[in-house]
Amino acid sequence: MENLGALSLVLAFCFAVYAFLGSVVGAWKQRPFLILSSQRAVYAVWGLVTLASALLVNALLTSDFRFAYVAAHSNREMTNNFKFTAWWGGQEGSLLFWSWILATYSAVVVFNSKNKLRNIMPYVVATMAVTQVFFLILNAFVVSPFQMLAVGKGITSVPDGQGLNPLLQYWAMQIHPPMLYLGYVGFVVPFAFALGSLIVKQPGDAWIHTTRRWTLVTWMFQTCGIVLGAGWAYAVLGWGGYWGWDPVENASLLPWITGTAFLHSVMMQEKKGMMKVWNIVLISATFLLCILGTSLTRTGLVSSVHAFAQSPIGPYFAGFLALGVGFTTWIILARLDYLKSESQLESVMSRESSFLFNNLFLLASCFAILWGTLFPVISEYATGEKVSVDAPFFNRVNVPIGLILLLLTGVGPLIAWRRSSLDQLRRNFLWPTVAMVVTIAALAASGIHHIYALMSFGLCVFVTWTIVSEFFKGAASIHAKDGLAWPQAFMELTHRNTRRYGGYIVHMGIVAMFIGFTGAAFNQDTTVEVTIGEKFKIGHYEILVKELKDGDLPNYIWQHAKLAVWKNGEFLGEMEPERRLYKASRQPASEVKIRRRMNEDLYINFASTSEDSKKAVLQAYIFPLVSWIWAGFWVVLIGTWVCLVPSKVKREYPKTEVVGIATKDNVPV
Amino acid sequence: MNPTLKFGGLIVVVLATLGWLAVGGIGESKSYYKTIPEVRAMGDNAAKARLRVAGDVKQGSIKHIGKEVHFTMIQENQTMNVVYNGTEPLPDTFRDGSQALADGRLQADGTFHASKIQAKCASKYEAKPGGGKPADASYAPKRVS
Repeated sequence: MENLGALSLVLAFCFAVYAFLGSVVGAWKQRPFLILSSQRAVYAVWGLVTLASALLVNALLTSDFRFAYVAAHSNREMTNNFKFTAWWGGQEGSLLFWSWILATYSAVVVFNSKNKLRNIMPYVVATMAVTQVFFLILNAFVVSPFQMLAVGKGITSVPDGQGLNPLLQYWAMQIHPPMLYLGYVGFVVPFAFALGSLIVKQPGDAWIHTTRRWTLVTWMFQTCGIVLGAGWAYAVLGWGGYWGWDPVENASLLPWITGTAFLHSVMMQEKKGMMKVWNIVLISATFLLCILGTSLTRTGLVSSVHAFAQSPIGPYFAGFLALGVGFTTWIILARLDYLKSESQLESVMSRESSFLFNNLFLLASCFAILWGTLFPVISEYATGEKVSVDAPFFNRVNVPIGLILLLLTGVGPLIAWRRSSLDQLRRNFLWPTVAMVVTIAALAASGIHHIYALMSFGLCVFVTWTIVSEFFKGAASIHAKDGLAWPQAFMELTHRNTRRYGGYIVHMGIVAMFIGFTGAAFNQDTTVEVTIGEKFKIGHYEILVKELKDGDLPNYIWQHAKLAVWKNGEFLGEMEPERRLYKASRQPASEVKIRRRMNEDLYINFASTSEDSKKAVLQAYIFPLVSWIWAGFWVVLIGTWVCLVPSKVKREYPKTEVVGIATKDNVPV
Repeated sequence: MNPTLKFGGLIVVVLATLGWLAVGGIGESKSYYKTIPEVRAMGDNAAKARLRVAGDVKQGSIKHIGKEVHFTMIQENQTMNVVYNGTEPLPDTFRDGSQALADGRLQADGTFHASKIQAKCASKYEAKPGGGKPADASYAPKRVS
């Protein structure tokens, strides 16, 4: 079995090389058969990588501990569910998983694009095939998942494996990596189309239309991946945070930021024929940051809490990245003539300008995060001293950027294209601004003096007002004209232009998430050492320790506390935080208990026992508004789905063209 | 005023402001990676800067005293006593024998007061080849390709 697995990876590598060479040579020499056969090779790669993956998964499910990978990442006590999850629980398996997703995407793209965009397809296939070749080199020759355990020359097995890291044995952790990979890998598709259209000098923005849904779906997966990761950190890691600016977290955020910038700036190209170079740069950067992100998690370039083991694959990634940066830079410079902008920026008070600044701030944030993440590497190279920066640096730069982006979320969609008059500005923004000022004043009067929190809440009201009024205005006209009832009028409005109103819904979700982030300004925490019968307080809560127990299960040893909780004297119920020690990996894990409410979460962690084992060390936290983040995430998801529904009214974006400029003399009276 | 100039001016102002924030942020949160022997060699200068010191947690040295956690780190046969007094709970991966990264300042008495601890299992997520301990340790399998 293991030989078949290893063989199929080597064969897949050969087919991927063939797919690349066949496409390039076929397009160059105009040989349709070569192009067709290289597209079929893409299916063959998919079949072979799928076979290899199936063999690995089978080994995991049947607990075949002759496999080094299975022995290191699975054990007999684990449920089948988690045994399957172990596919992406370690270095070798997760790289195979990456490869498999890429192979699947490539096959889907080839299948969907039959007889479409014939001139650029060979280059699309070639781009995806190169990426596939790179990952298959790693799978087949460098970090093979089909390594066996052996004593001397005989293959042997161990009685039981070491088990999946217990911290990963949580539902969100089962979905988080696949989501993130679906996002990481998915950006290869729009990138491949962009590159293809550059190579064949295809004018226009066909590549953007073709890949719009891909990009959105990919972006959605990545959003899910990031938020699930945050949710997992919050519920499992026991430190009560959802974001720590750790290098690996940053690695997933970087391509998400450039991807978000791309989703916005393509609108400028579609509508006005502007920012063409910029869009190519953005999608290339997004793809390359995905590769960088994958390598950061695996090569130990920067030390991180959740990096995989250090391994010899660093130089391979560096080489591939250098190749990618080199080639895209060259091709963009060589094709600059085809990427001329069709219009000019006219006024700072315009939709164009709001897009420009949206991109500027997103990119500034991306650059700051990249800089901070790589700071240890950069500083060591520049000064010989390894210096790292952490949360205060990231927050200091990104909090103001976030607030300005929030403001732009409200301003952008309402401001006129080309230029906006003072009168228009007043009409659109008078009431939202009044609402914002009133909110800030009211909150300040009620005793909140955290300046960023005040600004954030104010801006959330501002943006909500603008979005709701957009929906309301549109629905009111449908209600009046077509006589539809209000709820149907809203549905009809959204359906007529899903892209616009879906986008508004996404923005609403982002606003809700900002409310959740802002809650962090008011967190409270306490650490206590208590025994049975003792009481302690945090905020409005009073907590009594009723019971401390311990026990032994096949998979782990546990200790838990039974706590009774009162808020302002009213009994709320019991909470039972637990601490576990997993036997196979000898790793402790906390089972925190969280009382989730929209206004605040009460979060209790069984941290440890005191020296004499008689007292429990408990950590209690109050996290105001944190649930808004998860609620906002669902709204973002729904909004993205709406964007994916085709609009009822087919909308070719009419390009605005300047035919002449009105002066006093030529205005007809 | 011509729009290019206006946009250029605005962009410069924005980037300059962010740059200023970033520089301040680096100054506020930078810390130097040092090994234990390097810390010892720094002498009095060691107390001045924020440091990140890595080492293995000595077996049996972890003690919870009140809200503080005391332990000893070893690196290249040199030891350092660490007192953790941060607010965040210690990571689950922090235990005897794990690799810890303590972030904080050296005190005059030679102990290191850490405000943050990161820890990895001997090798996080992955057992080192041959380093994993099978339930029956009577034989130690090696990897072959």
